Amino acid sequence: MAIPAERRMVDATTPRPARVLSRRREAEDVWTLAVEAGPQDLDAAPGRFAMLTAFGVGEIPVSYSGDPAAEGRVIHTIRAVGAVSRALAGLEEGAMLGVRGPFGKGWPLAEVEGREVIAVAGGLGLAPVRPAIRRLVARGERPTLVYGARSPAQALFREDLADWRARGVEVEATVDHAGPDWRGHVGVVPPLIARRVRDPARTVAFVCGPEVMMRFAASALLEAGVAAEAIHISMERNMKCAVGLCGHCQFGGDLLCRDGPVAPLARVADRLHVAEL
Amino acid sequence: MNAPDLVLTVEGLDALISALAGTGFRVIGPTPGEGAIVHDDVSSTDDLPRGWGDEQAPGRYRLRPRDDGALFGYALAPQSWKRFLHPPRERLWSARREGGEVDLRPAPLPEERFAFIGVRACELKAIAVQDRVLLGGAHVDARYAARRSSLFVVAVNCADPAATCFCSSMQTGPEVGEGHDVVLTELVSAEGSRFLARAGSEAGAAMLAGLPSRPATPREVAAGAEVIAGAEARMGRAMPPGDPRALLADLEHPRWDDVAARCLTCGACTQVCPTCFCTTVEDTSDLSGRETARDQRWDSCFATEFSFIHGGAVRASGRSRYRQWLTHKLATWIEQFGTSGCVGCGRCIAWCPVGIDITEEMAAFAAGPEDER
Repeated sequence: MAIPAERRMVDATTPRPARVLSRRREAEDVWTLAVEAGPQDLDAAPGRFAMLTAFGVGEIPVSYSGDPAAEGRVIHTIRAVGAVSRALAGLEEGAMLGVRGPFGKGWPLAEVEGREVIAVAGGLGLAPVRPAIRRLVARGERPTLVYGARSPAQALFREDLADWRARGVEVEATVDHAGPDWRGHVGVVPPLIARRVRDPARTVAFVCGPEVMMRFAASALLEAGVAAEAIHISMERNMKCAVGLCGHCQFGGDLLCRDGPVAPLARVADRLHVAEL
Repeated sequence: MNAPDLVLTVEGLDALISALAGTGFRVIGPTPGEGAIVHDDVSSTDDLPRGWGDEQAPGRYRLRPRDDGALFGYALAPQSWKRFLHPPRERLWSARREGGEVDLRPAPLPEERFAFIGVRACELKAIAVQDRVLLGGAHVDARYAARRSSLFVVAVNCADPAATCFCSSMQTGPEVGEGHDVVLTELVSAEGSRFLARAGSEAGAAMLAGLPSRPATPREVAAGAEVIAGAEARMGRAMPPGDPRALLADLEHPRWDDVAARCLTCGACTQVCPTCFCTTVEDTSDLSGRETARDQRWDSCFATEFSFIHGGAVRASGRSRYRQWLTHKLATWIEQFGTSGCVGCGRCIAWCPVGIDITEEMAAFAAGPEDER
């Protein structure tokens, strides 16, 4: 059987080696790596992801927490929880890692021009939301961010949060546990959403965080009158190949590496309420 | 390709095997292995399972001797052709770290050219399904593509389906439809087997033209049609009618608990299924950490690790894993790849150690939750 030559040449399973330019600690177990960019990284639109290899250890999907097209380098923020993420988070300046990507569908930034964007993020879920907010702010828009972290010390990108506030972005931060110095909200994210939706018909939501948080955030947004088509959530499943060939990232009928990770709630709402899907 | 049927003798089939080997193919066909039909290298019809049939039932597969000397008198081998085109393990790349640099070398593409002898209609359909999955999207599996593009298929119509077979109800058999280079129908008689032969491709026609053959008589053509009609009549099972996507409307149906109580989550069904394509990767390194490599290997949605993300497996229960397998195979596969993931070969029934029968489960779901509750 004949297979077109241009498709035969595509072998997306082989990483390209890339060098770590710098590493900084975001929180106790969270590290941000800056990695040298290749030409492919210009397609790393906010919400898409890369596959990162720690040589000899393994490979995991990691979202872009920066905007390579604007910054000339690739930024990934990694929580050190498993063998691979620990190895990646431990890479020092000058070390090599393997990079594949970008893959998947990101936030629909082109469609939100002139609309009110509310971003809802929990924990490390702020990482893929960050470049979206930066792009919106850069083009003069004023999105709203509702962000939840386990504790003030676990809150990520605190310089960005301050910078965004200074540029007119409404940032509501909440934590699960706080010390006496914390002056913000304490508790979960979803109850903070309703008051920030001022014009539901014009509102678009970007949601990323733990699945349970997204489920309740989606309900809060719907209750506030935001249409399911205008609520976009970033889903997570195990990923191995990232190009629709290995079967791991299924979420109902979606292969999230190909059909996501960002998906409109209208398509996936029912599945969010099925346990262990 | 509309040429009249030819007739090959056993010697003619030997000539076909020799001609394929002579043009650089590695010829794989059915052989009588240890208690099962095994796809392996064949160099002549002497290697074929002459006089062996199979008996299959839920949780059961046995060879049985036949008294008619048929060469293709069995229904199916336990392992499909998947193990050659999409092998259980293969190297993707290796890398060497030296002085702060990484030299990354993709594994060379396979150059082996396979010729398969004895592919059944359901198995041809299974190859077409894997083509859609591994070659039909934006990205292709380059190794599968290399093996697939050089494949030569000699299909053999099924004469004696097993009790576990249900290709008729899946519209995938028993008669070979498309995707082959040559299709044979074995006509068994006391004087030995003859084969009705028809080309399915230019390459197949060219191959047949070089073999000793004669045109089939009307009587032989009629006998060939009877073989297929007989197989159709002896089909052991049927998938219940109806759109299997109805499964997705009742993901909390009590039958999921019922089947989960029987399922061992061993994954045998996924290993013998000719369309199950899921793979994982394994990274390895030498003791120094300088030499590293990545292998791709078959995975199974019945493994807990399959759905692991930080914090644990998404599908921790056996119920959720069986549900993933069945809903994917019969329902979401259609959304993803425009075809069912089931071809009705019945291997999952025979090789399930507790005999879970996909057609029986679907009948229970089709009966509706009220009847079950």
